[in-house]
Amino acid sequence: MTAHTLDPLVPPAANLAAVRHLTPVPDPKPPPKLAEREEAKPRITELERWATVLRIDCVRMLAVAKSGHLDSSLSAADIVTALYYRVLRHDPEKPSWPARDRFVLCKGHAAPIQYAALAQHGYFPLEDLMGLRQIGAQLQGHPDMRRTPGVEVSTGSLGQGLSMCVGIALALRLDGLDETAQVFGVLSDGDCQEGQTWEAATAAIHFGVPNITAVVDYNHLQTDGTTEEVMDIGDVRAKFEAFGWDAVAIDGHDMGQVVEALERSRTLRKPAAIVAETKKGKGVSAMEGRFGFHGKPPPPELAAEALEELMATLDEQTKGLAGADGGDS
Amino acid sequence: MAPEAKTDPIATRHGYGDALADLGERHEEVVALDADLAVSTQAIKFGKRFPERFFNVGAAEANMMSMACGLAASGKVPYCSTFAIFAAGRAYDQVRLGIAHNELKVRIGASHGGVSLGEDGASHQMIEDVALMRALPRMTVVIPADYNQAYRATAESYERDEPMYMRFGRPATPIVYEEIPESLGTGVDVLREGKDITLIATGHMVWRAIEAAESLETEDGVEAEVVNVSIVKPLHSETILESLSKTGVAVTAEEHRVVGGLADAVRQVAAEQHPVPIFAVGMGDEFGVSGTGEACMEHFGLTARGIADRAREALVLKPIVSRPPLFGPEWT
Repeated sequence: MTAHTLDPLVPPAANLAAVRHLTPVPDPKPPPKLAEREEAKPRITELERWATVLRIDCVRMLAVAKSGHLDSSLSAADIVTALYYRVLRHDPEKPSWPARDRFVLCKGHAAPIQYAALAQHGYFPLEDLMGLRQIGAQLQGHPDMRRTPGVEVSTGSLGQGLSMCVGIALALRLDGLDETAQVFGVLSDGDCQEGQTWEAATAAIHFGVPNITAVVDYNHLQTDGTTEEVMDIGDVRAKFEAFGWDAVAIDGHDMGQVVEALERSRTLRKPAAIVAETKKGKGVSAMEGRFGFHGKPPPPELAAEALEELMATLDEQTKGLAGADGGDS
Repeated sequence: MAPEAKTDPIATRHGYGDALADLGERHEEVVALDADLAVSTQAIKFGKRFPERFFNVGAAEANMMSMACGLAASGKVPYCSTFAIFAAGRAYDQVRLGIAHNELKVRIGASHGGVSLGEDGASHQMIEDVALMRALPRMTVVIPADYNQAYRATAESYERDEPMYMRFGRPATPIVYEEIPESLGTGVDVLREGKDITLIATGHMVWRAIEAAESLETEDGVEAEVVNVSIVKPLHSETILESLSKTGVAVTAEEHRVVGGLADAVRQVAAEQHPVPIFAVGMGDEFGVSGTGEACMEHFGLTARGIADRAREALVLKPIVSRPPLFGPEWT
């Protein structure tokens, strides 16, 4: 594949034509609506396939934007897919429905993965994904509640997200909705380096907030190196447990484990931490678990390679689904 | 219920606390947060009446501001109380992204602003909060002059939608407004008319500016106009420009750094639309010190005498020929 560039002097539509293979296309197997999901939960293999769909969108967005955090988005892909396609009670047709579950991307730099999930669910047109980080577009570098439908609260400054989750959970309690609506925050290892996260962890227990799930996307890589080299945060699960939370550690790329942990967390009636061991750049062999990609867009060759690999994965998963009867939900 | 106006000296933070508790009575969505200073900030009055809507987060101001963001994003109207030093300083980033950027209806009740908190000294004396909050896009900055205006500012804050930083003080200060005003209006009130010089003051410096005007009249025969700026941002420039065009010279007075505070706000308006000499009373390039509140104010010249002396210096530079101001768009 050849490198594609967006020419600022060419109208957006023509630009998109020039990067057709980078343009997101509607998924032939669209996300189930809320009622359908409540009737029959999507199967694990279906979710795995959708995670690939979102990963492909992320690569496309970043290749066009030439800016952003691809590897951080890919590490969170399975968690975000499990949430939007199965666990979250959300409805794009009534995004302000008071009893909806809340999703807060505490690690706001992974915005592309949330944008992909929102677009695939119809919160805004898929084409809008191509506007990521561009002037005049609604998709900002980090989630912006005032610009992007489906974003509950703006994030991007690490450490603030879990506190926002506590505030949202308390508001739900005051409105008598804490029995039904769960607040899911997705944190990074950087979030766990920020002291404020632990202020929030303390407050969640102190205020007896029953409906918070904090998922830590523990991918062990940050801007300057591995978390172990830069600032080792150690056993994050044990830390949350010591703060009084229910805390489990899982493989963040094992969709079955991710779904089970998320669904279990909402039955607990106490703050729940899920420390998900993940790999940065998951799904793209050239990036997986490798240092040096944080905050850098994929160069055209890498984007092309990544797309090829992910497309192949998607084909395989789609064939697998066609051949299977299901029953692993 | 009709609020009761105070007549004896009392701290502005009491006006905040009383009005906040009354707001809680009228509006169910009002919630209050505090960071282990509820008695000092007077948020305790709300806390006692509405314990289920009161969240004391302990010494964790950053957490408090981000929690307020979450609460406001979910339809509540949070009032966050702590000392100005922690509200604007320690939690700046949380206020910036979670509250100002999101244009959320969060009210920050920042007590113990300035050096008049006294004994605790420089670590607690916040003298740059107005500069920080003025610089924040979309943030309204309110500094009431006395208890009665503080009560109104707090009550009225519920009616407005934009994020708001409200600065209150520790010491009991004399009453400037005999009644609880019906409104803050434009946030710029002419309290005393005069033709020779304009004294533009905010917060604790307003009653001192009135005293300064009285001494200028008796000692020098100078008729000073006194203007109270209770909404520092967005600054309603019209009244200020009208006064400047009448007097041709001004002194600003604030318990804050002269950089980024009221002095800069007024000078910004004047420089473009009606340049006249404007002298400033405020904190220079220095931190506060320990002492009683009043001793600290005297130490830094934040007194009626300080204002009057500055006015005498400014009058020397007063232009002989004046010209009308060029009215333009309001500065924010």
